[in-house]
Amino acid sequence: MENDKHISPEQELYATLLGWGGRAGLLILVISFLAYLLSWIPAHVALDKLHEVWTLPLAQYLAQTQTPTGWHWLGLVANGDFASLIGIAILCGVSLVCLLAVIPIYARRGDWIYVVLCVAALAIQLLAASGKLGVGH
Amino acid sequence: MRHEGLGDLARALKANTLPILLTLSFFAAGAYAAEGVPTAGTMPWWGWPLALFITCFLLGIVAVPSGVGGGVLFVPIVGGFFPFHLDFVRGAGLLVALASALAAGPSLLRGGLADLRLALPMAVLASASAIAGAMVGLAIPANIVQIALGLTILGIVILMASAKKSEFPEVRAPDSLSAALAIHGVFHDAARNQKINWQVHRTAKGLLLFLGIGFLAGMFGMGAGWANVPVLNLLMGAPLKVSAGTSSFILTLVDSSAAWIYINKGAVLAIVAVPSVIGMMLGATIGARLLHVLKASVVRRMVISLLLFAGLRALLKGLGIWV
Repeated sequence: MENDKHISPEQELYATLLGWGGRAGLLILVISFLAYLLSWIPAHVALDKLHEVWTLPLAQYLAQTQTPTGWHWLGLVANGDFASLIGIAILCGVSLVCLLAVIPIYARRGDWIYVVLCVAALAIQLLAASGKLGVGH
Repeated sequence: MRHEGLGDLARALKANTLPILLTLSFFAAGAYAAEGVPTAGTMPWWGWPLALFITCFLLGIVAVPSGVGGGVLFVPIVGGFFPFHLDFVRGAGLLVALASALAAGPSLLRGGLADLRLALPMAVLASASAIAGAMVGLAIPANIVQIALGLTILGIVILMASAKKSEFPEVRAPDSLSAALAIHGVFHDAARNQKINWQVHRTAKGLLLFLGIGFLAGMFGMGAGWANVPVLNLLMGAPLKVSAGTSSFILTLVDSSAAWIYINKGAVLAIVAVPSVIGMMLGATIGARLLHVLKASVVRRMVISLLLFAGLRALLKGLGIWV
């Protein structure tokens, strides 16, 4: 029945990239978290101190642990608690790659409405990821 | 007659031992955690992440047969009964829903149960509003979010208990917007061994509702399958299986846009997020295998009871009555 599924080439490509990206993100997430949990790499906030701060509202937590916001966590990626964010960022960013990859297929077919929709979805994801949106507590 | 009734009850209990035990363990764990025993101070640091992993594993098992996403169970239960601040719970909740959606997405897309043309317009609007929801959720005091979360969960309970489903809704003609977007498709229904042609209507109303759904998803850190599926199925007329599959796929875009806001704001703690994601995914794998063993309607009723309890807990916690 494989031939009866009527899957468009862009949907097939999207599925392939989503699958690979999701698996890669999860693998990195698990490895980095194990390294963090087993103290193979240092932690920005010591594991045995976490229970003192995870009850705090976000603003207090950030101030007390001197945790940076935006993309500044990349500067602390040698620490296990931030190394785990790499896998999380891959999981969140995999849709960007998928959207980017299907745009040429829609464009070749002259399906301009879906080109615009993909560009809009990309722009929204990039805006969210940029860290430029002011959020306050 | 009395003996027959008791026999039926005994058979029902025997057939549903696992879901009953799971639910009882959730209620017991919830009440235990709510009493604050052991407190954050008396339990070793690894105790809570371990408890979180086990809870998410159990949630993952019941999430699949009950037909709700793990994210909607995660936030009220973990937010209500674990010591982590709600900001971190919501950040983790989005990642739980995202990881589950990413795991299911490729096979749903390849199987034709998720449709890219149907999903993209909805996802664009819901992603934008999810960002707004995340920003608002992180800007307002936690007790207000708790109250709103409690009310939303209680609303979801009513929706789950009362909403009907239509496996193949009748759509006589597509509306002009869905015709312009060429939203239609064919999927192979393995249960009936037949090809199902589908199309949708009331697209503009659906898009508007997705704006609201995205906002709630971002604000409360929940997956939004509970709302996506009724809108796609009952309002727009997509077949139930296509609605469920497309809803899951939409979450890959909506939850990632909201999750970026939580990450950039520093509201994603690895020690909360990672055990939750892994526990939920392992549990969902078991849940999918138990799908044919467990009686879905019983699990669903128990999940509704669980959500009712968690929703009341969130509401009372937000109001300062049951802290």
